[in-house]
Amino acid sequence: MKRLPASLVVNALLALAAAVALLPLLWMLSVSFMRPGEADSFPPPFLPRAPSLAAYKELFAHQGVGRDFANSLFLASAATALSLLFNVTAGYAFAKLRFAGRDRVFQILLGALVIPGQVAMIPLFLMLKTVGLVNNFGGVLIPAAAGVFGIFLVRQYALSIPDELLEAARVDGASEFRIFRSIVLPALRPILVTLATFTFLATWNDFMWPLIVLSDDRLYTLPVALASLSREHVQDAELMMAGAVVTVLPVLLLFIALQRYYIRGLLAGSVKG
Amino acid sequence: MTVRPSRRSALGQLVAGPLAACSNGAGDGTVLTFWAMGREGEVVQALMSTFERANPGVTVQVQQLPWSAAHAKLLTAFAGGSLPDVCQIGNTWLPEFVALRAVERLDARVLASSVVKPSDAFGGIWRTNVVDGGLYGVPWYVDTRLLFYRRDLLARAGFGAPPTTWAQWLSAMQAVKRMVGRGAYAALLPLDEYEPLLTLALQQDAPLLRDGGGRGNFRSPGFKAALAFYAEIFARGLAPPASDADIGNLYDEFARGYFSFYVTGPWNLGEFKRRLPAPDQGAWMTAPMPGPGGPGAGLAGGASLVVFRRSPRKDAAWRLIEYLSTTEVQSRFWALTGDLPSRKDAWSAPALVNDIHAAAFREQLERVKPTPQAPEWERIATEMQLVAARMVSERLTVDEAATEIDRRADRLLEKRRWMLARGLGTPA
Amino acid sequence: MKRDRAGWIFVAPAMTIIGLFFFLPVAAAFVLSLTDFDIYALADLGNLRFVGLRNYGELLANPLFWQAVANTLYFVVVGVPLSIAASLGAALLLESRLARFKGFFRTALFAPVVTTLVAVAVIWRYLLHTRYGLINYGLGEIGVRPVDWLGDPHWAMPAIILFAVWKNFGYNMIIFVAGLQTIPEDLYEAARIDGASALRRFWHVTLPGLAPVVLLVSLLTIAGYLQLFAEPYVMTQGGPAQSTVSILYFMYEQGFKWWSLGMASAVAFLLFAMMLAVTVIQLAIARRRGML
Repeated sequence: MKRLPASLVVNALLALAAAVALLPLLWMLSVSFMRPGEADSFPPPFLPRAPSLAAYKELFAHQGVGRDFANSLFLASAATALSLLFNVTAGYAFAKLRFAGRDRVFQILLGALVIPGQVAMIPLFLMLKTVGLVNNFGGVLIPAAAGVFGIFLVRQYALSIPDELLEAARVDGASEFRIFRSIVLPALRPILVTLATFTFLATWNDFMWPLIVLSDDRLYTLPVALASLSREHVQDAELMMAGAVVTVLPVLLLFIALQRYYIRGLLAGSVKG
Repeated sequence: MTVRPSRRSALGQLVAGPLAACSNGAGDGTVLTFWAMGREGEVVQALMSTFERANPGVTVQVQQLPWSAAHAKLLTAFAGGSLPDVCQIGNTWLPEFVALRAVERLDARVLASSVVKPSDAFGGIWRTNVVDGGLYGVPWYVDTRLLFYRRDLLARAGFGAPPTTWAQWLSAMQAVKRMVGRGAYAALLPLDEYEPLLTLALQQDAPLLRDGGGRGNFRSPGFKAALAFYAEIFARGLAPPASDADIGNLYDEFARGYFSFYVTGPWNLGEFKRRLPAPDQGAWMTAPMPGPGGPGAGLAGGASLVVFRRSPRKDAAWRLIEYLSTTEVQSRFWALTGDLPSRKDAWSAPALVNDIHAAAFREQLERVKPTPQAPEWERIATEMQLVAARMVSERLTVDEAATEIDRRADRLLEKRRWMLARGLGTPA
Repeated sequence: MKRDRAGWIFVAPAMTIIGLFFFLPVAAAFVLSLTDFDIYALADLGNLRFVGLRNYGELLANPLFWQAVANTLYFVVVGVPLSIAASLGAALLLESRLARFKGFFRTALFAPVVTTLVAVAVIWRYLLHTRYGLINYGLGEIGVRPVDWLGDPHWAMPAIILFAVWKNFGYNMIIFVAGLQTIPEDLYEAARIDGASALRRFWHVTLPGLAPVVLLVSLLTIAGYLQLFAEPYVMTQGGPAQSTVSILYFMYEQGFKWWSLGMASAVAFLLFAMMLAVTVIQLAIARRRGML
């Protein structure tokens, strides 16, 4: 008898919290289907009177959002591929391969996490300019191909690979590359999905660096295009919300599909057990 | 934002986009890149088809930049080597780009041109494009600030004609304020815009910078007089100590008489016509800026068209500029944007001649003065307004404010003084 | 020997990238901060002057820099406890034995974390609109006058704090959930047998058990919040009246609006120094309290 109210309270609070978390996103979806100017009325409408695709049509036909979407997709995919390529070997090596200075180098890398990335942005921009990597996708992809967080993620997971397994393979005469390919990679599969998810999401959502590096609007990614759009079209709520939907929905769906891996990655090294 | 609706499919662009970005720009056929800001960027695309037909083999790619990000964008593009061929830039930015040696000198081209002539332009506006004796831009459209006012409220307060001197303006504002009482004001001078104060400052004879543009001259009696007048308007409660963001919908506020005088620019000609309710359309009017002793000078604003020095397509770029400077295109551009033409004879278009609200601009443009042509000027003007806003909100004295502005200006100009001393920079 | 070489080959590509595209620019940024790189130097490198620590001196004497520091600290001092409290509260609710539909709730509460910051900042700009925004509408329904969230210098930063907490609380919530799961159930049982109320159980079992996690979370959150940039950039452009200029926003304007790159690099290093100091202080406090 006394348990019921407590259970009600807990679940009601959770529902309230979930509502607060989701309300802006639901409103975004709703307004994106409103007619131009409909949202600018008082009291603010929550649902469109007659759902219309006008905002989306304007976005794709006149604002080139289809192209921005393609750019975002390309960059996020390419970044994910590069990240897997560069970070996984390094992460495994830091975990399981012994080489001179391994732990010292890893500690230096961890120290780099304290340095805000923005410190490097300006000289990096000037550096990339001298090699012609400004205002193209290379400038966005290459500096991000490897990162301390990705290496850390892989390393933490790779630590759990049993040493005996690797030793046995070495005794059998397998080369390190062979071992990596046949034993380590399959064992690392869950963290590979995590790393891929993290990288895809982070690249898709990245804003400041593409803003600086890409000046040609044909290369814009969705966040940069949206920011640019928001400066010009501050009155067109419906248009902006449609743009927000196009930007947010893909990653939200990706997250929901892969949340197990994403959350595991989040916890890597944060909490033991 | 590329305004042209894409002819290629999205998939084609997916391939072409990154590839085109990786190549070095020297394309097949001439593709002119043209960056334009704000509304102009949205609209100018419509004018391109005629140009392309008249210049076969040339296509124009318009990219639109929002004004608030344009300055940063341009400098970043300069540093990154990705500037376009032709660009619209605010004429107050020109000295900066000349200092960067980013823009092409145009004297020879203008001399040889049958379309672009200095005599067709307003004197003050043309002068903004001449930096150290060289011409670096062609005026595209002009901008100045003047009075937009409620003539019905002014008449009710006892003033049948708009003020032409500061003293008259002050009495008119006081009369209106007495009439509207508390809860409303006589004028709106947003504290985050430096143009109104700058206009008052330019109406004085003393230059705003001294020593060849190496030091601030804000402690001159002339500037202090302008600053004092500005401060008095707020001190007497004639204008709200508010910024643009505080006002909300300023058209609604103007319509309901929250303020009767507003110092603003030509874009509001169209906005007022569009956003004020129909019955109020007869109630508002424009008038040239009152000066200390008679009709005063105004800001020589507006945008110019420039060719960037590193462009490999300067001849085609110049042809685009000539095209945009023809009387006919200037008139069409005005019809599309409401931006006032820089060519005097484009003002003879019947629609402009009959626009009673635009007449004040025509008059004011004959009396505009350029701002100091130091690359640091925009920052100095921003600091000047920050101090002026503090003066209003914290009740500083005019002397304190002027000293502070000078201090900040001198600090900003330190490098310039060093350059001038080494003979590198050029006096403003 | 062979393993040594293999080790180096395996890490070389990543190390090259990180060394070349991170550490090298950071070192260059430090050098840059000792020069007066500006647009004159952009035009011609010969106009560059080595000025030692003058940029740092000028920054420390610049009222707008201190305004940026004050704004950022305001954001951190108010936002971090709020964020941690919200995350902890949500985690406790989620981990409660009485909660239903945990999977759904967890996903819903975490969703804001993965959304694109720019997109949701745009959404929130509309929600915070003085007249047409849902937030003022909601406040109006309970009798509170409309607040000019993004136009009033007193309310702009609170609005950004509210937004940032909404966006991020799910992240720390997950970490707290994992932390809560490591506290042995027997401790709770023992406390319950001793007659401790829910509140006392929380104070004497949960919090001590969570201490290392709280430390980690606060370190991460403070470091993240000190790097406030995108929210002011999208929502307020540093206004109104510079009330939302953060340190990084100030750096961005110095560097990319005015091209005073020397000054901008100095700002970045001052921020780094601040972050380092805060981290060291927190770790020292934790060590003294025996949490480490």
